[in-house]
Amino acid sequence: MNNNAESVINVKNLVTHYGSRKILDGVDFEVKTGEIRVVMGGSGSGKSTLLWHILGLHEPSEGCVEVLGKDIHKISFNEQLQLKQNMGVSFQSGALFSSMNVGENVALPLREFTDLDENTIRIISRMKLEVVNLGGFHKLMPSQLSGGMIKRAALARAIVMDPKLLFFDEPSAGLDPVVASEIDDLILSLRDTMGMSMVVVTHELDSAYKIADRITVLDQGKNLFTGTVKEIKQCKIKRVKDLLERRSRHELVTSDEYLKRLTEENYTLS
Amino acid sequence: MSELIRFEKHGDACDIYIQGEVDLSNSAEIRKTVLGALKGAERVAVNLSAVEYIDSSGIAALVEGLQMANSRNKTFTLNQPSDQVRSILELARLDQVFTIV
Repeated sequence: MNNNAESVINVKNLVTHYGSRKILDGVDFEVKTGEIRVVMGGSGSGKSTLLWHILGLHEPSEGCVEVLGKDIHKISFNEQLQLKQNMGVSFQSGALFSSMNVGENVALPLREFTDLDENTIRIISRMKLEVVNLGGFHKLMPSQLSGGMIKRAALARAIVMDPKLLFFDEPSAGLDPVVASEIDDLILSLRDTMGMSMVVVTHELDSAYKIADRITVLDQGKNLFTGTVKEIKQCKIKRVKDLLERRSRHELVTSDEYLKRLTEENYTLS
Repeated sequence: MSELIRFEKHGDACDIYIQGEVDLSNSAEIRKTVLGALKGAERVAVNLSAVEYIDSSGIAALVEGLQMANSRNKTFTLNQPSDQVRSILELARLDQVFTIV
């Protein structure tokens, strides 16, 4: 990663609530051109919520989210639409349309957002399927695919418009180690070949260490740590070390705290 | 003809030179030039040494050129692709499909 590269994502003091509950509490987050930034944290730490805000799917209570130099929550609908053509998203579930075959799913953004002719669209979408190692599978329906194939098809759709920014929500969750490693290699190839900048939300430590330029650890809606793989391995913050050693909050609570949790009528998480 | 594309005709051969950035805004021009050249020439070579960036629509235009050349028994080659072009061709394994000189 080039430290002097321009920022493509710049989140400042992001605060958001679900009802009265604060989910993100003053998060700052910056991604540079060509960077692969991994976001980690336990369940409920706010990492997916951060992703939704960067994608413009949630309105923040406070703070701002700049994507490719524009505040995504302050621009017009048309500007947002234009910006989103530079953003590819690979959702955890794949989010393929079950009524369309794989080729139609991958081609969909090209049909929606470009006026390319049908032959060109077919070539591009099949080329992307080749890139994710699903060449020749364009006629299969999503229901006929394995979990790993669904993730790869979703990735083909995410990159079909050659976006500048690529977002992954748990790209290798639920995959066997060989397929998970293939997805990691693909993420690195896309960055190196196309110069894409990426945000990868994951629980998979091996994957994070393999692909990340920098890792951000969120905990209870706050940015607990940001640093390189080397820096996170040397990090002395207890909660970060616990996360890396896969200890849950359940193991950390004292017996007094646990009793309070069970018995106090007005107990809330500190 | 724009600064993006230049071509030279030598008998039944045509050399097309592309330079700069190829993306959705101009790939249709590449496609039109390549397919047009294949209508008149037996051998078409596309020089990609000065291409700084090419997106998928640009690569697709080249694939369409190859498709047309093969269907008409003509010769279609990519000459001196820049590193960026070569890495994209390799990513999609298209380096195995095109004749690269």
